Amino acid sequence: MDDNRTPKAQSSDQKKQNDQYGGRWLPEKSSSPARKKSRLPLLAQAGPVSLWMVLFVTLPLLFIIYVSFMTRGTFGGIEYRFSVGSYETIMDPMYFTVILKSFRVAAVTTGLCLLFGYPLAYYIARKPQETASRLIMLLMIPFWTNGMMRLNAWMLFFQVNGPVNYLLTHFGLTEKPVMFLYTDWLVNVGLFTNMLPFAVLPMYSSIEKLQKSLLEASFDLGAGPAKTFLKITLPLTFPGIFSAIILTFIPALGTYTVTDMLGGGKVLYIGNIIKNQFGAIRNWPLGAALSVLLLVITALLIFLYSRFAGLEDMEVV
Amino acid sequence: MAEKDNRRVRKKRRLSVLADLYAVLMYTLFYIPVAVMVAFSFNDAKRNYSWEGFTTQWYRKLFSFTNTTLWDALIYSLVIAVLATVISTVVGVLGGIGLKKFEFRTKKFINMMIYVPIIVPEIVLAVAMLIIFITVGIRMGLGTILVGHCTFCIPYAVVTIKGRISGDNETLEEASMDLGANRFQTFVRVTIPSIMPGIVSSAFLCFTLSIDDVVMSNMLAGASQSTLPVLILSLNRTGISGDVNALTTIMICVMVLGLVLQSLVRRLVARRRTAE
Repeated sequence: MDDNRTPKAQSSDQKKQNDQYGGRWLPEKSSSPARKKSRLPLLAQAGPVSLWMVLFVTLPLLFIIYVSFMTRGTFGGIEYRFSVGSYETIMDPMYFTVILKSFRVAAVTTGLCLLFGYPLAYYIARKPQETASRLIMLLMIPFWTNGMMRLNAWMLFFQVNGPVNYLLTHFGLTEKPVMFLYTDWLVNVGLFTNMLPFAVLPMYSSIEKLQKSLLEASFDLGAGPAKTFLKITLPLTFPGIFSAIILTFIPALGTYTVTDMLGGGKVLYIGNIIKNQFGAIRNWPLGAALSVLLLVITALLIFLYSRFAGLEDMEVV
Repeated sequence: MAEKDNRRVRKKRRLSVLADLYAVLMYTLFYIPVAVMVAFSFNDAKRNYSWEGFTTQWYRKLFSFTNTTLWDALIYSLVIAVLATVISTVVGVLGGIGLKKFEFRTKKFINMMIYVPIIVPEIVLAVAMLIIFITVGIRMGLGTILVGHCTFCIPYAVVTIKGRISGDNETLEEASMDLGANRFQTFVRVTIPSIMPGIVSSAFLCFTLSIDDVVMSNMLAGASQSTLPVLILSLNRTGISGDVNALTTIMICVMVLGLVLQSLVRRLVARRRTAE
């Protein structure tokens, strides 16, 4: 009965409600006592997080954009005079080659994560619910070990007297031990193994949501496995793939711990250069400008992503 | 016909064996570093440049408490992680509920800001905070590291909580208010218990993120004390000795034990509930 309320009945309800507040008719949008009262929970609940984000995310990011257009102080720090010098420095071949190299390594890492992660995500998604959640758990447990020690373990694994070199020389595949340490190659191994789970998770959840009936329909209509994959599975799981790209490419581009640990300070990427500007070199505006570059790239990728999926659909946890 | 079917079944079985093999290989890749880390905690060498034989001396050395820098760093990390977990969970849970339940003008903006620390490279945010802290004149130390950690933990807490709130919660809350509870009572007695699993998992997530963080802890640290991961990063230049491996091995064991206990408790509670 309640479902069939006419507009008239509703308006009389409204009037009845208003009668409670002294019988005066109140327009719907005015701040009735009930509305005023409901401000407090809003402030108490959404207030702290909003304040925190504005204070420690929005303001610092705006300030770093501002600083990137300032001049380097004589003894480091900032001299508040407008200049685009930092951006000119970025274009200098010395820095630009490093930026290009960082891009290449991040792209390779992302490519490898998609190539190896998608089949794994597919494998997990095809398992029954309970097995799948166990497999996901098993994927995350290694990440509770100290991240630095995990990277150090790759060094021990590939070092001159390590197990890999032992096997290589033992079976006569190489005469002398291979120097894996402090190379771009080992950095790539570290990045790939560090990022892979974060590529698997979003792809897993989008494959899991894929309806089996669609695949069956495709088979029934005569499409083979390859065609079904290309025309149904791949397009429908694309949001998950794009999340995976964002969640691997951007961190890989900004990393400095992986390069510091596995590159031994010999391999420099954007992240290392930014960090160094705040250590011994003390060129803050240059560090700020490089950070802005990373920000712009991130914003660009997010914009592309938002063209076909909501930010809230991105599976980040 | 039967033979054709048979062949198809056989082909399918072969494919599934291949898939299992692939999964095992990938999982091995994830567990290689953990296995190496644990193995080298039993290595009888001064520095881990090669395998020299089995020993438990590193564990004995660790618990003789002679290496105070290591223990100090661990305690510092733990203090920060616990504080960051408490603050982030409180702010994140309130925020998650508020952002899900209410509509307000700046909501879209705040929602966007929450995704910034998750997506933007951590070094960018760390550097941005460093510049503003120094400009304002804040001294670097535990406080600044804590702020840094909370800034990337809160968004994860918010996202986790938002995922756990459904329409059911609203119905329950309305029922509670109808039965005469005020807003605060409803929040404490109804809302919080109904999203308790989400709160636990977001607290766990915050703790693991904070205790393992390097970038914020490194950039926003004072001169006096560094966290365990930052200490390990700096030790890496000279070579890491076995006691660090021993300590981190114990840490992963404690974490896994905690996980097992948690799932046992959950199963026990579920069984008691069905018995009732």
